[in-house]
Amino acid sequence: MSDHEYTPTSKAGKWFNDRLPLLTLANHLTDYPTPKNLNYWWTFGGILTFCLITQIVTGLTLAMHYIAHADMAFESVEHIMRDVNYGWLIRYIHANGASMFFLAVYIHIFRSLFYGSYKSPREIIWIIGIIIYLLMMAAAFMGYVLPWGQMSFWGATVITNLFSAIPLVGEGIVTWLWGGYSVDNPTLTRFFTLHYLIPFLILGLVVLHIWALHVPGNNNPVGIDIKKPSKDTVPFHPYIVIKDGFALLMFMIVFAFFVFYTPNILGHADNYIEANPMVTPAHIVPEWYLLPFYAILRSVPDKLLGVVAMLSAILILAVLPWLDTSKIRSAVFRPLYKQFYWILVADVLILGYMGAMPAEGLYLLIARVATAYYFLHFLVVLPVLGFKEKTLPIPLSITESVLGGSANLATAKHKESFDK
Amino acid sequence: MKNLIKLLSILAFVSIASTHSHSAETAKLLKTDWSFKGLFGKFDRGSLQRGYQVYTEVCAACHSMKYLSYRNLGEKGGPEFSEAEVKAIAASFEVTDGPNADGEMFTRPAKLSDKFVMPYENVKAAQAANGGAYPPDMSVLVKARGGGVDYIYSLLQGYEDAPSGMILDEGVHYNKYMYGNKIRMSAPLSDDIVEYGDGTKATVEQMSKDVTTFLMWAAEPHLESRHQMGFKAIIYLIILTILVYFSMKKIWSRVESEV
Repeated sequence: MSDHEYTPTSKAGKWFNDRLPLLTLANHLTDYPTPKNLNYWWTFGGILTFCLITQIVTGLTLAMHYIAHADMAFESVEHIMRDVNYGWLIRYIHANGASMFFLAVYIHIFRSLFYGSYKSPREIIWIIGIIIYLLMMAAAFMGYVLPWGQMSFWGATVITNLFSAIPLVGEGIVTWLWGGYSVDNPTLTRFFTLHYLIPFLILGLVVLHIWALHVPGNNNPVGIDIKKPSKDTVPFHPYIVIKDGFALLMFMIVFAFFVFYTPNILGHADNYIEANPMVTPAHIVPEWYLLPFYAILRSVPDKLLGVVAMLSAILILAVLPWLDTSKIRSAVFRPLYKQFYWILVADVLILGYMGAMPAEGLYLLIARVATAYYFLHFLVVLPVLGFKEKTLPIPLSITESVLGGSANLATAKHKESFDK
Repeated sequence: MKNLIKLLSILAFVSIASTHSHSAETAKLLKTDWSFKGLFGKFDRGSLQRGYQVYTEVCAACHSMKYLSYRNLGEKGGPEFSEAEVKAIAASFEVTDGPNADGEMFTRPAKLSDKFVMPYENVKAAQAANGGAYPPDMSVLVKARGGGVDYIYSLLQGYEDAPSGMILDEGVHYNKYMYGNKIRMSAPLSDDIVEYGDGTKATVEQMSKDVTTFLMWAAEPHLESRHQMGFKAIIYLIILTILVYFSMKKIWSRVESEV
C-alpha cells in the first residue's frame, strides 16, 4: 500500500512488523499524502466514520435493554427512556444519530457529485459507497421498526408490501419476508437480527472504501491529478486529522442540539403510539431521509413500475461514472454542469418535500415533474454535457490554484493537449 | 465559514420540512408560556403537583398511565412530592398481588415500586365502558400527538357547541382542535371540578395548563437533567472547538494553504 519502505526503529517493533505489518499500516495512515487544498466538504468522510461508530456503540448498549418481541418492544423502549441510567440519552443519540448519519452522507455524496470524485480512477470507491448507502437505508428502515410504534408497524407493512409488486412470486416473497401472513412478531425478531448485522457489514465495506481511496488518493476541489507526495500534498497527520477534528466538533454541536433540545422533532408523533394492526394512521410517512425516494415511488401510477423507478433512482448512481462523459472532474471548471448540479440539488429537495405531502393534486404533479427531471439529469444531461460543454482551463497544479495566481492559460492548454 | 452557513441552511430546511410533515390541525392551537421550554427549561413544581391532582381526580377515571410508577412522583425533576406523601398516595390504591403460599391471589395497598393502577382491566373493558372508544394511555400522550403540549392544552379548552348543520352521533362531542372535530370524550374539565390545596383558582385554563405540564413530565421524566446536561455539553463542545480551531491555524501555518 505504501509508496515508501518503512522500518520500525525499535528491535521489537521490527520483529513484530516483519510478522504482521501493522506498524507499516499505521505509518501509511499517518503519512498518507493528502491534497492540501481539500475544503470542508471533504471532512464528511471522517464525520461519517464517527457517525457509524456512535451508532454501533449506542446500538450495542440499547440492545442490552431492548426486548425484540411484539408484546414487549414498545414497553422496553419506555423502560430504556425511564429506568435505565442515561437510557434516554443513549436512545436519543441513536435515534438522532441516524438522521445525522444521513445528513452527513448526503453532503458526502453531493460533494462527490460536485467535484467529480466518482470519475476514473475512483469508480470502485464510488460503487462501494453506493452499496454502503443502500445498506444504511436498510438498517435505518429496520431500526425504525424496532420501537414497534404505529409508524414502525405501518411503515414496515408498506415497504415490505412493495415486494408484492414482483410478478408471480411477489406475494410469496412478502410472506417469506414477514415470516407469516402479516407483519408480526417473526418480522420484528428478524428485523432486529438484521438491524444488528448490517452495521458490521457497513463497517467492513468502509474499510474497503478507504482502502480503495488510498490507492489513487483523494480527489481535490481542483479535480486534477497530483503527484504524491509533493508540494501539493500534506501528510494526513497532523494536518488532516486536526482539520477533520475541527469539522467534527462543529458537527457534534449541531448533533448535541438535536439530542438535548429537540430530540423528537425528526421523528413522527405516531411512533409514540403502540403498534395497532387494527388502526391505520392518517398519513404513513417514512423518515425524512427516505422521502425523495418515497416521492418517486408514489409519482408512478403503476405499483410495479413505481418500485422499479424508486430502485432505479438509487441504482442509477452506481453507473454514474459511465453516464458522465466529461473528462473534467471538478464543477469549478464546468460552468454548465455547475448550474445543472444546483438544479439537481433543488430537484432532490423538492422531491423530499413532496414525499412528506399527501400524493394528490398539485403535490403529485410537482412530484412527477421532479421525478422525470431526476432521471433526465442522469440519462440525458450528463452524457450530452460531456460532449457539448466548453470547460474552463484547468490549472497545472494545486499550488498554482491555491496561491490564487491566475491559471497560466498557455501552459494549461499545453498540459491539456499533452494529456490527450 | 461560508460552507458552514450553507450547511446550516440545509439543516434548517430539513427541520422545517419535517415539522411541516406532521401538522394536520384544524384550528390554530392556543399558546401559553411553558416553563419547561428553552435552554434552561424546568418544570414548575407547583404546576406538576396540581397537574397530578387533576390527573388522578379527573383523567384517571378512564385514562391509564401504565409506564409510570408511584416512586416516580417523588423523584428529582418530577412533582417531587415528599416520600411520606408518595407513600400515602400509593397506599390509597389497591393492587392485586400473588399468588401467596396458598396459591391465592390477594389485594394489598400499592407500594412505591408499583405501576400506576389502571382504571380498566384491559382494552376491551375500557372500550365497553366508553361506548367503543378506547381512552388512550397517557404515559407518552404529549409525544404521540402532533402539536404536543399545545395540542393537549388546546383540546382541553376546545369544546364548543357544534356549528349548525353538523350532525353529531350519540356520545360524540364537538371540539375545534380535534382531528375531524369529533371526539368521544365529553368535556372533562369545568371550573372548580377540583379544589387545589395551594389556593390556586381551578379555572379550566389553569387546570388544562397544570395537567398538560404533568403529562409532559410523564412523557419526558428526565427533561430537566437533559436540558442541564445539554447546556454543559454544548458549552464544552464550543470551548473545545475554539481551542482546536487555533491549534489547526497554528499547524496549518507551516504550509502555504488556507484552512
